[in-house]
Amino acid sequence: MSEFPASGSVVVVGAGVTGLSAAWWLARSGIDVVVIDKGIVGWEASGRNGGGASHYQSPLFAEEQRLWPQMDELLGYPTEYQRERIIIQRDPALLEHYRAVGRICTAMGYRVDDLDSAQAQAMVPLTDGTCLGGIHLRFGGHANPQRTVQSYAWALHDLGGRIVQHCPATGLATAGGRVIGVDTPRGRIACDAVVVAAGPQANALLAPIGIDFPVTAARAEMIVTEPAPLMAIGGVDGNGLYGRQTLRGNLAFGGGPHEWIGTTPDGAAARPASPLIRSLARRVAEMFPRAAHLNVIRSWAGIVENTPDGRPILDRVGNVTVATMSGVGFGLSPASGHAIRDLVVDGACSFADIAKLGLARFATLEPDWREQRGWAA
Amino acid sequence: MTVDIHDLTGKFAPPETRYDIVIVGAGAAGTAAAIAAAHGGLGVLLVDENPVPPGMMGTDVPLYYGGRMTAAAANPGRMVEAIFAANPQLEVAFDAGVEVLLGTCAWGLYRNGPAMKTLPEPMLGLADATRAWMVGYGALIVATGARDVVLGFPGWDRPGVMGAQAFHALLTRYAALATRRMLIFGSDSLALETALLAHRHGIDVAGIVEVADAVRGPSGLLAHVTTAGIAVLTGTVIVRADGGIDGVERAVLRRDGVDITIDCDTICLAIGTEPATELLDASGPVDATIRLVGDCALPGGSAAAGWSRAIAAIAPPETIVCQCEDVTRADLIGVQPPRYLDRSVAIAARSLATLGHDGPVDPDQIKRLTRAGMGACQGRRCRTQVACLLADASGTAVAPATYRAPVRPIPLKLLADWDEPAAMATGWDVWFGIPTQWTPYDTIGTADEHAPGLGGGNMHV
Ligand SMILES: Cc1cc2nc3c(=O)[nH]c(=O)nc-3n(C[C@H](O)[C@H](O)[C@H](O)COP(=O)(O)OP(=O)(O)OC[C@H]3O[C@@H](n4cnc5c(N)ncnc54)[C@H](O)[C@@H]3O)c2cc1C
Repeated sequence: MSEFPASGSVVVVGAGVTGLSAAWWLARSGIDVVVIDKGIVGWEASGRNGGGASHYQSPLFAEEQRLWPQMDELLGYPTEYQRERIIIQRDPALLEHYRAVGRICTAMGYRVDDLDSAQAQAMVPLTDGTCLGGIHLRFGGHANPQRTVQSYAWALHDLGGRIVQHCPATGLATAGGRVIGVDTPRGRIACDAVVVAAGPQANALLAPIGIDFPVTAARAEMIVTEPAPLMAIGGVDGNGLYGRQTLRGNLAFGGGPHEWIGTTPDGAAARPASPLIRSLARRVAEMFPRAAHLNVIRSWAGIVENTPDGRPILDRVGNVTVATMSGVGFGLSPASGHAIRDLVVDGACSFADIAKLGLARFATLEPDWREQRGWAA
Repeated sequence: MTVDIHDLTGKFAPPETRYDIVIVGAGAAGTAAAIAAAHGGLGVLLVDENPVPPGMMGTDVPLYYGGRMTAAAANPGRMVEAIFAANPQLEVAFDAGVEVLLGTCAWGLYRNGPAMKTLPEPMLGLADATRAWMVGYGALIVATGARDVVLGFPGWDRPGVMGAQAFHALLTRYAALATRRMLIFGSDSLALETALLAHRHGIDVAGIVEVADAVRGPSGLLAHVTTAGIAVLTGTVIVRADGGIDGVERAVLRRDGVDITIDCDTICLAIGTEPATELLDASGPVDATIRLVGDCALPGGSAAAGWSRAIAAIAPPETIVCQCEDVTRADLIGVQPPRYLDRSVAIAARSLATLGHDGPVDPDQIKRLTRAGMGACQGRRCRTQVACLLADASGTAVAPATYRAPVRPIPLKLLADWDEPAAMATGWDVWFGIPTQWTPYDTIGTADEHAPGLGGGNMHV
């Protein structure tokens, strides 16, 4: 194992996809960066999500779409990124809903084609006549979460960045109103600036230094089957599910109700998954009747971080940059890392207006915001 | 209080049936426990996955059958008869009022805990050839036995390489073993007893092979083996198994640098066992309502580390470690991605050693990166060897990768809950159903922000 770093110009707390992308962007600017994580890179939501990367609602959308097709090359390591998505439906109301989503995207300049049943069946051989149709996004895509996270980590190494696993941040040391170091059981890492990308338990670090960071945790679950024959576009979902066919052929899908589980400074215990996997299996079998005979071989659960309005927080307070993407952080990671780099280095995002993602919007947030939403654990 | 309609709370149906005691595994220990409980006046369910569907046997679930079953294994009626013939106590259990379900596997155990509070009660997921369902229990007895610890070597993916537990099951429980002439690897009691059992059944035992310099089992047993005329080769390792479309035809062994070829149709791996507790492993710590009996309550143990090292010393790096995902030893130790991905110069330079810079090796991390253990057999065939190889290469102790439910491969349409409560469907959303999450950024704070239509539920991540 490498030596414990005594200092770094920027310390990033959290080796999830947000923290790692931020660190990689900082290192690309020649900044000396140390990433610490209480566990292993990508071990929380970042390594166990649906891999979707098509977030039209985000101010980072254009940057997300610009970067993904280049990520394998930029990182030098594979992400398994695949372009485009298809969303199919068996329910007329849902089909109409997605057609409307498609029209919004088209109006934004991102083309979406409507598919009738025959077209959908031709593009998605695992479905059948029960599919009423769908939409074909000529943008967006999906990637392999754990592989992508590791690729960020390796790319960061190649630029001289350091990663310390199994090293929780226990506190942020301050002097003169600035953070001067990150405390860990192995000692303090001195720094000029810190990025807190610690997922749902970030508030445990931030509250003691006077930053209220409202985020709460829930469990989301996915199932995966043995491989099916590869479809031309693997990013197919619908019928109440999100997910993808992996490049190996496995069908990996999630969706449905979640359980609010709350967090502790040590993180939330998300595992194991629940019998919800039976309702997931049903919906995959309905969506892909021609794959209904395939074996389910695994399930897993992950923790999703949610802010009160479900929107990201990207902000800087003094020399502390705080970041959470509120449940859609995987796909946006190439862009969120870029924005965080800009906040740390320049104090403002260079490529998008992200003002509405700041902490200021929570100034009047009620202390019982979780209860008010039915989100209490 | 506001209710989040997408919250899982209250959406699970209670178990379909509830028993005072549910027992998983109808071997000697499980059947005895069932009979005792029924005599005590309790309502008892005894399930056993045998007879295992032929397709599952083909992927070596739950045991390493190695394709050496006869055509009889594809005849469920015949298999059920064989099971009753092999375990007369099952009749006794029936007569005592135990509900006995054969061909029924337990694939998931669910209990509330720190991370889950929404279950109406503890539940066990069961499945047979036609459906899956949940049962409740007052007490759960796990009597799932032991599984073979198996290792790969060149040719181990040929039919005819099998585990000792599977050998015993096919021979004595199913009477469906196709072996005529076999080699046995390993030399502790399991291996010696396997040799004697085979011998009694008229199978030609061509030899017992042990990598160590001495036999590991008790001398009394060894004496019986020697008396039976069975050769024992110590200080000997497998070079490869050769064969044709019907599987293994001969084994090439190496002893003191000299290769020895032995004709055989079966190589039986009897190097050790581990408790078959994946149901519990995937569920969390055992609580006061759960008891383990029989072989699954024993620690197991194996000579896998020594075998793995000896094989790795002579087998080429291209030797397949994970059969399902085609992962070689070199890929595993190099932490290389699967072959269908391009290997950049940068990634080719990565290895277990470079990964170790960031912290200790984690078997589940390596699993996800290399895919070793991610296949249809759910890691059963390779997990021990993967752990041995990672431990040797990293110089640290490495546990085998973990299990996940369903701990048996179950077809989507069988696992599916076709009768789920209405609340599950009405509360279903693709993601969290937080309307403001999907508001296009430009409209946030404008008059259009709360326009009806979009931004509601069922938006995609
Ligand atoms: C099942 C599931 C499916 C999903 N599907 C999608 C999808 O399809 N598309 C999409 O874009 N998003 C999806 N998401 C959401 C996405 O995974 C997350 O938004 C994203 O991974 C968040 O990344 P992060 O780095 O911000 O947080 P995390 O992944 O939570 O990382 C935070 C890291 O900080 C570490 N940490 C916390 N506290 C400390 C401390 N005190 N000291 C040191 N380290 C600490 C943690 O160990 C963790 O590694 C899904 C999530 C789940 C669970």
